[in-house]
Amino acid sequence: MSLATSETSATGRQIPDRLKSAMQRFLGSWELLLLVVAVAVFTINSFASPYFLDPWNLSDATFNFTEKAMIAFAMALLIISGEIDLSVASIIAIASTAMGFAVQMGADTPVLVLIGLGVGLACGAFNGVLVTRLGLPSIVVTIGTMSLFRGLSYIVLGDKAYTGYPPGFAFFGQGYVWWVISFEFVLFAFLAIVFAVLLHRTTFGRAVYSIGNNPVGALFSGIRVPRVKFALFLLTGLMSGVAAICLTSRLGATRPSIAFGWELEVVTMVVLGGVSILGGAGSIPGVVIAAFIMGMVTFGFGLLNVPGIVMSIFIGLLLIAVIALPRIARQVMARRKA
Amino acid sequence: MAMLANTQGIDDVHPKPGERNVDETALPVMTLTGISKSFPGVKALSGVSLQLHPGEVTALVGENGAGKSTIVKILTGIYQPDEGEIAIAGHSVNFPTAQDAGAAGVTAIHQETVLFDDLSVAENIFIGHAPRTKFGLIDRKEMVAKARALLERIGAQIDPHVTLRELGIANKHLVAIARALSIDAKIVIMDEPTASLSHKEIEETYALVERLKAEGKAILFISHKFDEIFRIADRYTVFRDGEMVGAGLISEISERDLVTMMVGRSVDQVFPKRTPQLGKEVLKVVGYSHPTEFEDIGFSLREGEILGFYGLVGAGRSEFMQALFGVTRPSKGAIRIDDRIAVIRDPNEAIRQGIVYVPEDRGKQGAVKGLPIFQNVSLPSLGETSRNGFLRLAEEFRLARDYTRRLDLRAAALDQDIGELSGGNQQKVVIAKWLATKPRVIILDEPTKGIDIGSKAAVHEFMAELAAEGLAVIMVSSEIPEILGMSDRVIVMREGRIAAEFEGADLTPEHLVRAAAGITETDI
Repeated sequence: MSLATSETSATGRQIPDRLKSAMQRFLGSWELLLLVVAVAVFTINSFASPYFLDPWNLSDATFNFTEKAMIAFAMALLIISGEIDLSVASIIAIASTAMGFAVQMGADTPVLVLIGLGVGLACGAFNGVLVTRLGLPSIVVTIGTMSLFRGLSYIVLGDKAYTGYPPGFAFFGQGYVWWVISFEFVLFAFLAIVFAVLLHRTTFGRAVYSIGNNPVGALFSGIRVPRVKFALFLLTGLMSGVAAICLTSRLGATRPSIAFGWELEVVTMVVLGGVSILGGAGSIPGVVIAAFIMGMVTFGFGLLNVPGIVMSIFIGLLLIAVIALPRIARQVMARRKA
Repeated sequence: MAMLANTQGIDDVHPKPGERNVDETALPVMTLTGISKSFPGVKALSGVSLQLHPGEVTALVGENGAGKSTIVKILTGIYQPDEGEIAIAGHSVNFPTAQDAGAAGVTAIHQETVLFDDLSVAENIFIGHAPRTKFGLIDRKEMVAKARALLERIGAQIDPHVTLRELGIANKHLVAIARALSIDAKIVIMDEPTASLSHKEIEETYALVERLKAEGKAILFISHKFDEIFRIADRYTVFRDGEMVGAGLISEISERDLVTMMVGRSVDQVFPKRTPQLGKEVLKVVGYSHPTEFEDIGFSLREGEILGFYGLVGAGRSEFMQALFGVTRPSKGAIRIDDRIAVIRDPNEAIRQGIVYVPEDRGKQGAVKGLPIFQNVSLPSLGETSRNGFLRLAEEFRLARDYTRRLDLRAAALDQDIGELSGGNQQKVVIAKWLATKPRVIILDEPTKGIDIGSKAAVHEFMAELAAEGLAVIMVSSEIPEILGMSDRVIVMREGRIAAEFEGADLTPEHLVRAAAGITETDI
């Protein structure tokens, strides 16, 4: 690199801070590629269905991803740190069941919110203790708690459902802040900013990246690795609790099968957003765009009356395509050079 | 296998320990002539020669960095020599791959033998050349039977069915040896086979070496322990700084001469001249102990002092240093920093108390690969560069610029991934990272291991500068020139304990080597 050797002095070389400008880095980024895909999906949808561009329809479309995305933000941090939590959907089930049970006991909205958040935190703490204290692999621990948490809901509920949520509770999943802007969408946008700042602008976020890239090196650099990982499990549990409140409020009922299979959709969203499944890399803006893409694809297919199974086939293909494309492009470039 | 003699028969023919029947006219089975090998910045071997004779043990002696492991890698087909000739039984050969070396009858048993923990003993012995049934599938019955015969032949009582994971290190070595016999190796390289064994296991290893000799194998035995060299070797070859400085019969040389030959007088590395300005005591360690790794370590360290820790691999130096840095907790002992008793539960606390550690395993413990240079530098100083938990990139870049310039780092940009740098430059970033924390005590564990000469000199220069600024420096090193060239005082560790402490005129290569190997004055 000519930049490094161009200047020498007695006190050592002047090394430039950066080689590429912010613009150059953005042009080569994953987020830009995702943005292109998002625009393409939006354009195709608006041509494919005359109902797509209706503001209320678009507003409805956001419910397809807002709750999942809230969990995906926390999951992104967890996966960047090299861990994973597959119990998130089951945490929704157990938190929702606890809230439904509290409703039968006559609890009011503020108490229900506290219960939802509290159960989420407790489940996150349970996962976190097993992983950081006992040193168990998180994928195994959370596959276990995935069955455990949902199993508990089934024991409590059987084939029954809890209903009768108080009217005030409906706001979280059904309320609108202004015109077509729902409370959930505002919460999603707010959490996106909070998590983006947390990951990209704080020392905590830096610790998460360092652990994901080299946990031993991070420990040897004074990062309190177990503490950070425990906090991430707590955070993921808490966000699952938040999602449980929104989803329960939106449905107005709790069944043990609530949010079934969401853990994979959340992980898909995170990976599509450019987070390395091996840890160490990824960004919140990427996850936000991935959330929009998945939501719009699902909604567009819904408008076209495409069956659910075709949708999941498409999401699967999209995931593989988006991940494979840059690698294929790099290979083609390398071959052309050679 | 035609050689399936029973164990008893072999016992009858092998010579009793101590009694040597060296046939001085025997032709060597393997001859290396004029072997040279260079790496970028380092000449690892220059024109060395080595001969191995059937039924004899040749000890390869030399310090770390003398070129021993390079020659082993050349013999086993991992490296290709730049110049020189390898001949087996008079025919010139070359080993483009490890498989070729194996096919020519060369096998190596390393300190950490490369075997498969989750496979059975029999599978480990025959992996790659298992007996087949007529359908081309692995003939398990035949394989187990052959494995059992091989194990019996070397006197190992190991069930061929057990998985390797369940065996201790000594038994793993036996499996490796059985594997060597299964491919009918003529030349067996044993690289510090007793480094991590107990006394009883060491005795068993010696007995095994005698058996292999009796079978006519040529054995290259690498060891730092002089007592065992004189016990089991027939011939010696000494390497120093990549050159062969001597070879001959063990019976014709004294231990003292061998040590002198190995250490040499020529310290061709130039070390910075310093006149230590010792200040007040910074660190005092009392009775530091660990259940398995080290015991009763105590010393004191003053400002401006460079304290060397010398010892053989496995003497417990790194383990002790990591306990001092809070990675592991000691079972007993206390430390005092300045005038305070300090309790260190994790590295974070050690850093805040002013103790930092430059690890030996740079790739795993030192550099956080995947993060850019400037973030590696700022990682332990994030409390300083941030405000209320929020990062300030400008401050991080400033810190990285200041300290990397002091260390004369070579890089394209500060946001370059540290993993893209050379070993020496990675080491500079790791040191820069610690200096930015303004430590009281810096521990450098093998600070110049595996880095090029130029970076080596820069690191030495810098250590001297740090000491002159009043920092207390602990340097763990297995390289005698480095220990002698840099240290004001040297503590020698052996088997987890402090064996000796030297300073001033007592600081001689002979003293260090003897203390590390456990040779007392009266033995010579």
